[in-house]
Amino acid sequence: MAVQEELKKIILGLLPQVDCVIGWGPGPDLLCASPYFMRRPEEVDNFLAGPMATQNTALYLPEYKGKKVALVVKGCDSRSVAQLLAEKLIAREEVRIIGFPCAGVADMGKIAARLAPHGEPGEAEKAVYGEKELRITMAGRELVLPLAEIKADKCLRCAHPNAVFSDHFAGEKAAGNDDEFKDLAALETMSLEDRFSFWEKEMSRCVRCYACRNACPLCVCRDHCVASSRDPHWLTQADGVSDKLLFQVTHALHLAGRCTGCGECQRACPAGIPVLLLKRALSRAVEGLFGHSAGLDPETRPPLLTFQVEERTIKEKAW
Amino acid sequence: MSVSSTVSGAAAPELRIVGFLCNWCSYGGADTAGVGRFIQPTDLRIIRLPCSGRTNPLFIAKALLQGADGVLVSGCHPRDCHYAEGNFYARRRLEVFKQLLPVLGVDPRRFEYTWVSASEGQRWQMVVSKFTEQIHSLGPARRLPGAPELEWLRESAG
Repeated sequence: MAVQEELKKIILGLLPQVDCVIGWGPGPDLLCASPYFMRRPEEVDNFLAGPMATQNTALYLPEYKGKKVALVVKGCDSRSVAQLLAEKLIAREEVRIIGFPCAGVADMGKIAARLAPHGEPGEAEKAVYGEKELRITMAGRELVLPLAEIKADKCLRCAHPNAVFSDHFAGEKAAGNDDEFKDLAALETMSLEDRFSFWEKEMSRCVRCYACRNACPLCVCRDHCVASSRDPHWLTQADGVSDKLLFQVTHALHLAGRCTGCGECQRACPAGIPVLLLKRALSRAVEGLFGHSAGLDPETRPPLLTFQVEERTIKEKAW
Repeated sequence: MSVSSTVSGAAAPELRIVGFLCNWCSYGGADTAGVGRFIQPTDLRIIRLPCSGRTNPLFIAKALLQGADGVLVSGCHPRDCHYAEGNFYARRRLEVFKQLLPVLGVDPRRFEYTWVSASEGQRWQMVVSKFTEQIHSLGPARRLPGAPELEWLRESAG
């Protein structure tokens, strides 16, 4: 893949100037990559970019504060970086951004579902991501999965496949789609009663592993998370949908006007709960009220950290 | 002034409404209404906060998901905040929160925010009466399994 080779060249050129370059490398199986931290030139050989590079590299940035790092970013990852910069959680002079045109990442759940009749994803003997399809050799036979069918949902509605800002860019810029919040519209065809039942059923699978929180590049409270605080004890240790849903609502509220929709929370969820929907509901609300999409401009102040004396878009209840 | 039919002593069972009031205006306004002996429904339980800007939407989410039938937030009128701008931030935050409720399957009418100054005893009476009426028209909220038992509250409410 030409873009991957071009990226390797850029990474090699940047290595002497930074402590570390964060990208993607070989993962747990042949189908998906893992975050990869490159410090030596020979490590760059293993660098991977493409549909298997699902993880958001911006997740690690706040931990590297004070050190100089370069980051390979998809469009969604770059928005997380922009948002971290807008909130002054990282310093611009400490990060170098390497962008490339992202054609969408693969959804491992969708791949596993397609492979199910033949075996587990880990049993793949060979996997090659082409321009249009993924070729997997498994148990001696070749399976061809069109990329369009295994692409993550967030990529189907992605408006910013290229890094929104970058210091280096490899390849030609790709075209984006419009996000019309069709997933929310689908939920909203249900009655209020049914939506409540929907969340009750979905959240009953939650095991409170907090993988959603740990995968979120904008969850920056770390050791001070409201979920682990005992004083005040906002979330009890009791098992029940009520505390589980309360955590998801709180997580979403903490991300209101900040969430860039990278979907890492939902991807990380071992129970397959559509937790991104709540964040998208708030993103849509903030977009409608304040015309603001998070992570597009590192200079803009997040809308909930500012105000106008006269709010033209807020219709208050007339008593 | 018309008063809701749910004034204590009326037949309808009391519902659980939580009110988050700012210390400087709305709590004073509620006090003024009390001193003026204005008749008000008794479903509302007031929690006093230093400022409407202190209202973490988590408070409202916790109340609504764990047993309250309605939540009312009231602060100083815009431009009148004791801390100059707390209610401006609150207004944005609370409006965004309100728009999340329908996605959760919670009727957004179960949550309202408004502004009542310390001298507006009559306005406070009107707000409480209308909001209580609104919650009664919606009826008791659905409870999630695992929400803490509030039997004691129901019993104490009669």
